[in-house]
Amino acid sequence: MEIPYTVEARPDTGLYNAKVGIWLFLSSEVMLFGGLFSAYILLRVGAVPGTWPHGWQNLTLGTINTVVLALSAITTLMAWVACKVREFGKFKFFHACTLLLAVTFLCIKCEEYREHLNHYEIYMKDGTYADGDMVQNDAAQDYIVIDGRYTKNEMDLYDLRSQKVVEKELKIPRSQIQDMQSYGPWHNDYLALYFTLTGLHALHILCGSVVIGYLWGPGRKLWKTDPERFTNRVEVSGLFWHFVDLVWIFLFPVLYLT
Amino acid sequence: MSETTTAKTADPHSPGTPQSHEHPVDFNSYVRRCAIVFAVVLCAVGLMIWASFLHLEWSAKIAIILLIASCNAFVVAGFLMHLLSERKMVYTILGFTVSFVIGLFGLTLWAMTDFPLHTVTH
Repeated sequence: MEIPYTVEARPDTGLYNAKVGIWLFLSSEVMLFGGLFSAYILLRVGAVPGTWPHGWQNLTLGTINTVVLALSAITTLMAWVACKVREFGKFKFFHACTLLLAVTFLCIKCEEYREHLNHYEIYMKDGTYADGDMVQNDAAQDYIVIDGRYTKNEMDLYDLRSQKVVEKELKIPRSQIQDMQSYGPWHNDYLALYFTLTGLHALHILCGSVVIGYLWGPGRKLWKTDPERFTNRVEVSGLFWHFVDLVWIFLFPVLYLT
Repeated sequence: MSETTTAKTADPHSPGTPQSHEHPVDFNSYVRRCAIVFAVVLCAVGLMIWASFLHLEWSAKIAIILLIASCNAFVVAGFLMHLLSERKMVYTILGFTVSFVIGLFGLTLWAMTDFPLHTVTH
């Protein structure tokens, strides 16, 4: 049995079925991310004044990732255009670029996660705080080494953009440490939201890359037998990719700039 | 239209070309369109970063940044996702989505001060 309306438009919708399907799917995705964004609003507005973090993200890496994703949205569109004008060589080139950019995005994201997970807030027994990147944490040694600073006021750790932070190598005896915690999702509401939102987004990037990789690799056999249907598949995957780009357009300012 | 452009244009009604229910696709015009969209996105990102360093009330700052982000999103959705020239069906789906999202955000904001009894606040 042949699947109907894979190429030609359905008379009642004016679209081929996969396109209706992807738009319905994207609608559900809007609600998924919308729920998380409203959780962000709720926690952000409800936070005690002065305790919402600012400047905790690596703005340079975030900006590079924004540009990388915007560029990948362009190459995705150009891959579809190349299919439309029957330039299969160009399609392969543009889709390869998209894949490369997606991998770049994920690598940068991993580096950001590594930075957070290697950053520690240490509560000392004398009531002060030490904060910085872990340099040495050998269980056999009775001290740890961080690249950071001491502060007496915990509030100093929240807004990093309003102060000039000077970091140096600190050797801290374990006997003076009351508690220490890395900047993972368990650290506070902001980081929990950051890891949830960007993790879910990265998962979308990963899934989109698998689809694009399939169309670029084994899936391209369809081009020889049914180029129009193949072109529609590229369009549908492209719409998903643009949606992922759209989500990032809002994630970047919300998590990195505000 | 130049000869090169004509050669790279797919007519949806000619036999043997991928059928489109929209407009004929011109490769070169898409290259131009993409270059413009990319430039706009770069400008928007630069503007948002600039706005984030302004000395304003945080609510005003967020409003400005999100306004720029919305314009950026409009350009991406309008030109890259072809939302400016889509079918009624897509607009219908999006209309429902937008109304649900407004409901979701509205209910969140509405419930913001609606604490259960005996809630301890700071």
